[in-house]
Amino acid sequence: MHELSIALSLVEIVEEAARRAGAERVVAVHLRLGAMSGVVREALEFCFPLAAQHTLVEGARLEIETVPLVLACDPCGRDVQPEEGSFRCPFCGAPSMHIRQGRELEVTGIEVPDPEPAMEER
Amino acid sequence: MSTVSTRLLEIRTGVLSKNDQLAARLRERFQEAGVLALNFVSSPGSGKTALLERTLTELVRAGRRPAALVGDLATDNDARRLERSGALVRQIQTRDMCHLEAEMISAHLEAAGWNLAELDYLFIENVGNLVCPSGYDLGEQVRVVLLSVTEGEDKPVKYPVLFNSADVAIITKLDLAEACGIDLALMRRNIKEVRPGITIFETSARTGAGMDVWMAWLMARCVEG
Repeated sequence: MHELSIALSLVEIVEEAARRAGAERVVAVHLRLGAMSGVVREALEFCFPLAAQHTLVEGARLEIETVPLVLACDPCGRDVQPEEGSFRCPFCGAPSMHIRQGRELEVTGIEVPDPEPAMEER
Repeated sequence: MSTVSTRLLEIRTGVLSKNDQLAARLRERFQEAGVLALNFVSSPGSGKTALLERTLTELVRAGRRPAALVGDLATDNDARRLERSGALVRQIQTRDMCHLEAEMISAHLEAAGWNLAELDYLFIENVGNLVCPSGYDLGEQVRVVLLSVTEGEDKPVKYPVLFNSADVAIITKLDLAEACGIDLALMRRNIKEVRPGITIFETSARTGAGMDVWMAWLMARCVEG
């Protein structure tokens, strides 16, 4: 299980970004996770709160967008979603190694508290 | 919990970007030094060490200069075994880590003090694991996946992520193929199903079967590189 090291890298990246933005804590983390990333979603969800302990990211929500495998099929000239465990075009059967998407393991954004509305409430 | 008004900051950063950057620097160093780096991945017990033992011995005999970094959770058994070939060998004990990362390669190369310019090959034997090593670039030019005939024909389709990330596949323990009743053609087909265009070798480190083809490929790659 390498999801704990993934979670630790994730927290490090998020903390750095939050600090740069002057945020004191992080409310949510948005992550794109490809079907071919080699990361088990459930294991990452389990490890994330552990990795976030005693950091600005503690208590943050982890929002994961799963990205399916999409290949570019040369003969068909279109992007296709193959069956699981296969790199063949479901239409023409040609094998393909042109992975359009599915390898993502990427932080797309973070949500941090917005100080302004709180000021108005006072 | 009260609802907090939040603002969204866009980041778009790869979670493994630090590893990837370090791996890219390692790859540059290998290329500049003219050393071919190969990352061997497979499940535990597929025969990585036996194949490497024979490969290193034959390379040393042919006057080439190979080195190996060997990853295991514990013990230096594999390093001691590989040292007998006459190659430079260093064990990486990962303790509880299920894979190698670029930082470990970098640190162990420095600690070993090897002069990369004096090497022809750097073999990296990854921790036996068909899942975790797949996402970690170690700066290698070639990723080699091993699959023993004892593991069954459908292993590649069960673990497509790792097999898909490899450039070369080596079917090992060929001497046991008959005893296992393995359908080698199906095994090859399954490897190509998840990694179209991959180069496949079939070897037995025990009998030496198929080693000549694999060695010829290695020699040619080094001269080209």
